[in-house]
Parts: sequence; structure tokens; C-alpha cells
Amino acid sequence: MTTLAELIIVAVILLNLSMAASGSLAACIRLAAAQGVIAALLPLLAGQGVPSGTIVFCCAVILLKGAIFPWLLTRARVKAKVSRDAEPVIGYPASIILCLAAFAAASWLGTKLPLPETARVAWIVPASLSTIFTGFLLLTTRAKAITQVLGYLVIENGIYIFGLALFVEQPLMVEMAILLDVFVAVFVMGITIFHISREFDHIDTAELSQLGDWYPKQTGGEK
Amino acid sequence: MTRPLIQYFLALVLAPLLPGIINRVKAFFGGRRGVPVLQLYFDLYKLAHKIPVYSRTTTWLFKAGPIIGLAAMLCVLALLPFGGRPSFLSFEGDLILLVYLLGLARLATVLAALDTGSGFEGMGASREVQFAVFAEPAFFLALAALARGGGGLSLSGIFSNLTPAAWLTASPVLTLVTASLFIVFLAENSRVPVDDPNTHLELTMIHEVMVLDHSGPDLAFILYGAALKLWALGALIACVILPRHYGSWLVDSGAFILAMFFIAAAVGVVESVMGRLRLLKVPYLLMTALTFSILALIFQAGR
Repeated sequence: MTTLAELIIVAVILLNLSMAASGSLAACIRLAAAQGVIAALLPLLAGQGVPSGTIVFCCAVILLKGAIFPWLLTRARVKAKVSRDAEPVIGYPASIILCLAAFAAASWLGTKLPLPETARVAWIVPASLSTIFTGFLLLTTRAKAITQVLGYLVIENGIYIFGLALFVEQPLMVEMAILLDVFVAVFVMGITIFHISREFDHIDTAELSQLGDWYPKQTGGEK
Repeated sequence: MTRPLIQYFLALVLAPLLPGIINRVKAFFGGRRGVPVLQLYFDLYKLAHKIPVYSRTTTWLFKAGPIIGLAAMLCVLALLPFGGRPSFLSFEGDLILLVYLLGLARLATVLAALDTGSGFEGMGASREVQFAVFAEPAFFLALAALARGGGGLSLSGIFSNLTPAAWLTASPVLTLVTASLFIVFLAENSRVPVDDPNTHLELTMIHEVMVLDHSGPDLAFILYGAALKLWALGALIACVILPRHYGSWLVDSGAFILAMFFIAAAVGVVESVMGRLRLLKVPYLLMTALTFSILALIFQAGR
């Protein structure tokens, strides 16, 4: 069982890398969804004697991350008529190297971090930390508003895996709350992206760096 | 002592079968009958009886290239274990020698190509070396990940240490290593996603263009050396995916040879279902292999 859990963790890390390397937005959405589903399977394998509550919870997570989020995001992508490329600020090889370095650093950190005895599967902490880092990478280096949402989703995946390292039972309530937050965030972002794209013809965040009301107009403003 | 020698000669004799198997599998997917499985043997026989032609611009480097290449491959095969049985030349640290012998063969081929003075050959040499920059670290780190699993720095030691139990406990590492080795195997042997062995269009050739000017026995050396390289790198993969050893030497050897044929068939399937990548995309593929190797090494180191 632990070997299976480790294989899942390897899959999570490989999905991180492929998200960092993927050039297409649709592929990124699918990869994030796959990562969410795979990570949701982890509590079923990590603990001995899975209670029925956990199974229901896992099913809810799989439904939300595997079906509803990708559906919302794809809908937003299609409605906003986003071009297919993710348009990263840094190149794909650089992204991969950054992710690998993050994983190496995370596995070093994982050996230093004092954890409770309940951590049953090795590599949970490095995997979660590197997933969180990948989320930040997606947030910072991709120019589209949709990838910002994707970054949050990936960070949430990382936090979810990290929660498993600490307890198996306790964080379900916390996780529920986070999940609800993320759900609302994805929902709101979907609507926002749609409105932004209708207003400005693009959702490039690099162009959205100035607030219109903040800077006084050059001609004929007050002073 | 005799058995390791028999293993060695079996590898030498059977290696030219692998390109034949790959061609037959590709022909099957294409709905053709294909060339005979033994075609490479006929070709080698024919080429060995021809008189080589040398250009006036070439020097001894051009003649030495194929010979050094083949000699390096013969040494590589002598280091490799056969179906989990140690080779007759295994010693501590031989995996480093293996990597450098492959590098030496590449250097000899590249120098011979540059020696012709042809622009196309120089271009092929440049591409070959550029891809090697990515493929060699991936290969070396994959071997390092295997060595870290126990068995020291000797290939025979590593693979005799690799048991089905290792696959149960360290399957993530071994899966990553196998994937990485397979990509390196395709790249090093200039098979399809990286290079097309059938193409003879000047602008797209990588390995083929470097050996265009060789003829007669020299070309036979190169073709035979390529078959040996295919066998050598395939044998590493076969040793990883075939950890179970029965008591009997015959059964082990038979299973190993079947695994080699299986790998050749897998190459044929890969070549049939996908085209080659754009030249600019090839480093990405090799970086994927490098990534797999690094991940495997990190996992193995933290174990």
C-alpha cells in the first residue's frame, strides 16, 4: 500500500513538472484536475482502516477537483476566447529546472522538519512543498488570468497533501473549508475573467498593472 | 569462466538481429512484409568484401573512426551483465568506464565526420554532440540512481542486487530509471523521436549524415558497432525490467534474450506510432529524461 502511495506521489511530482513545462492552457487545466484527483486518492491509501466519512470526503474532492473545477475553467477559457498558449514569462526549461530545484530543496527540508509520528508515507512533505512552489511558479510566471486561478488550485493541492502528512482525520474539516473557499474563488474568477475579457479584449495580467482612477489624468485632471 | 564468455559471444552474434526485428515490426504496422530479419548479417557480409574508397581530403582520423567506435562497443559489451549474470570483465567502477567508452565512440565518429571536410557532416556532428550534452547526464544520473540502490559501482553488482523485492519497495525509482533509460536508448541509437535511421535527406539527418562518406569494411564496422550499441543500451533496460533470476543459467539467458527482442519490438512500435520531433523539440525530450533521472536519484538518495 505504501508503495502505491509513493507511486501516486511520484505522479504528483511529475504532474507538477509537466504543468511547469506545458505550453497549452487546456492541457494545464487537465493536468491540474488530474493532480487533484490523484492527490484525493492519497488518504484512502495512507491510513489503515479507512472510515466511511473519509471515503465520502474523497469522493466529494474528486468530484469537485476532477469535474467541476475543470468544467468551470474550460468554460471561462472558451467564453473569454483566450488564445491557447500559456505565454510564460520565463522559458519552459527554466521552469522545469526551477521545479526540480524546488523539489530537491523540499526533500532536504522534509528531513529537517519535525513531524508527528503519524506521517506514514515518506515523501509527502517534499511533494506537498514542491507542489505549493509549482503553484507559485504558475501564479508568477504565466501571464493569463486563468493561470492565476490554476496556480491557486495547484497550491490548494499542495496544502491538501501537506495536511495528510500531519493528520489523517483532523484536517478534513479544515480541508472542507479551504475547498469551499477555492470553489468560490474559481467561480468568482470565472465570472471576473469573462467580464475582464469583454471589457478589455484580453486577460493579460501584465497589462492590468495600473488602476485607472489612481493615476491622475495627464490632461485636465484636478491639479 | 566459460559461461561469461559464451554470454559475450551470444551478444556479439545476436546483436544484428535487433535492427532486423525493429524493421519487421515497422513493416507489420505499415502493412508490408519488410526486409528479412537477417538482412543486417547479409549487409555486413557484402560490405566486408568491398574495397573502401577514401577521399583525398581525409587523414588517418577518418580511417580510425569506425575502428575505434567498434572497439569501444566491444569493450562496452564485455562490461555488461547478461541476464543478471556477471560479465567476465566486471570490476568496481566499471559503470563510469561504460559511460566514457560510449563517449569515446561518439568522439571517434564525430572526428571522422569532421575529417571529411564536408559541410553536411559537420552539421550532423554538431547536432550529435548537442544532443549528447543532454543525453549523457541523463544516462549517468540514471546509472547513479541504480548504483545508489546497492551493489556498489559495478554494473554486474548492481544488477545482481536488483531483485523482484527491489521492484516492490523501490518501484517509483525503478520506473523513473526505466523511462529515462528508454529515452536515452532511443536518442543514443538515433531512433525515431530523435532521429530517423531511414531518412537520407541532408537537412534532417543526424547520425546517418556522419557516416555518409564511409564505405566497404568501414561502413560494416559502423553498422555492426551501431547494432552492438543497440544491444548494449537495451541490455541495461532489460536488466532493470527483468529482475527475477531462476537458478538455471539457460532459463535466465533465454528470458534475457526474449526481453531484448521485446525491447526491439517496443522500439518498432514507437517508431510506427509516432513521427520524429522537430529538432528544436529534441532537447526538451532529453530534458524529460534528465528530469526522470534526477527525480529517481533524489528518491533513491532519500530512501
